Amino acid sequence: MTLTQHDIDQEIAARHAAYEQRLADGGPVEHQPRRDYAPYRSSMLRHPQQPPVTIDVGKDPELVELSSPAFGERDITEIDNDLTRQHDGEPIGERITVSGRLLDRDGRPVRGQLVEIWQANSAGRYAHQREQHDAPLDPNFTGVGRTLTDDDGHYRFTTVQPGPYPWRQHVNAWRPAHIHFSLFGTAFTQRLVTQMYFPSDPLFPYDPIIQSVTDDAARQRLVATYDHSLSVPEFSMGYHWDIVLDGPHATWIEEGR
Amino acid sequence: MTTPSQTVGPFFSHALPYERDWELVPEGHPGAITLTGRVLDGAGEPVPDALLELWLGFTGDRGALSREGGQVSGYGRCATAPDGTYRFRTARPPGPYLSLQIFARGLLRSLLTRVYLEDVPDPLLDGLEPERRATLVAAGSGDSYCFDVRLQGAEETVFIEF
Repeated sequence: MTLTQHDIDQEIAARHAAYEQRLADGGPVEHQPRRDYAPYRSSMLRHPQQPPVTIDVGKDPELVELSSPAFGERDITEIDNDLTRQHDGEPIGERITVSGRLLDRDGRPVRGQLVEIWQANSAGRYAHQREQHDAPLDPNFTGVGRTLTDDDGHYRFTTVQPGPYPWRQHVNAWRPAHIHFSLFGTAFTQRLVTQMYFPSDPLFPYDPIIQSVTDDAARQRLVATYDHSLSVPEFSMGYHWDIVLDGPHATWIEEGR
Repeated sequence: MTTPSQTVGPFFSHALPYERDWELVPEGHPGAITLTGRVLDGAGEPVPDALLELWLGFTGDRGALSREGGQVSGYGRCATAPDGTYRFRTARPPGPYLSLQIFARGLLRSLLTRVYLEDVPDPLLDGLEPERRATLVAAGSGDSYCFDVRLQGAEETVFIEF
């Protein structure tokens, strides 16, 4: 049977209602998506059925997972954070500046850490071999960037506005425009891969991937804000997006200092 | 308020992998071991679009991305092949295990597990039933180990949280 957007809409609504009921019953706010989220069909055979085993960090303060790889200047080049300057010509599309801070749960900046991004071009096409969407490739746009956060946790990228694209999960399935982000914290447990979206995208209600975050406020934290002070005169539109990494629920660092 | 996770999606392989990402140590490094295995889904099918990250607990003297400089990096990355396989060449970890993080299309949040090179007394292992315990212990010895990641099902790998 053909899977329609209406089918997915109903499943999304049911998951949302179930979450609201859990909240009403005194359940915790769920800041993260559940790995088992059937409206996103690819999750069905790829989520563990057993609950994760919780590690007691109090028993061993020197666990491998409580440290994180450090990256340095030799790991990146100067233009890695400017996706519009990686080819001979300029990519097609609306230039944007995306900037914000990388923070830990206590609001402290995560300094000198690696931020990686990747995205579709302005037509909604990835420069990726397995991409099936027939929108045009842009010879001047790969859509891959890297940077290190500064001492205040700031990052900054120059790129072009990515386009939305169809993805075939169901009939007329479209992903809202987004930029993929990969982030490191001070502990390997803080490792985060996520997606940044753009304000007021009309595709949000239809997309099971963003809707997998069933908490309305948490989902809103995936959406950047337009920031006129970040817009560069005669050059780019500015978007602001802060990223807050989750951490071990009781870190020995916090207790010990 | 923390930022939610989202799936790595299907289109990361032109972005996240990098040259020699799976080589934490160069070829011929004394004491190097290879770690190979497969990532399998709940139907036992290989997962051809997963990304694995290995962490030894120390940064080391070799560039994490550039692979320049010294001999050992504590960090590596490997995207699975079409048959779901991955491989790392690494130094031995200081302790009994290596930390392994798994990303994939279909995974809305990454998964964290441990690769124990030997079955030893350990706070995590000792709290598990024998069948579950076995999922965290790599097969092999010497300089060659094998560790499969089963995302779901009867022999599902033990995943951990903090």
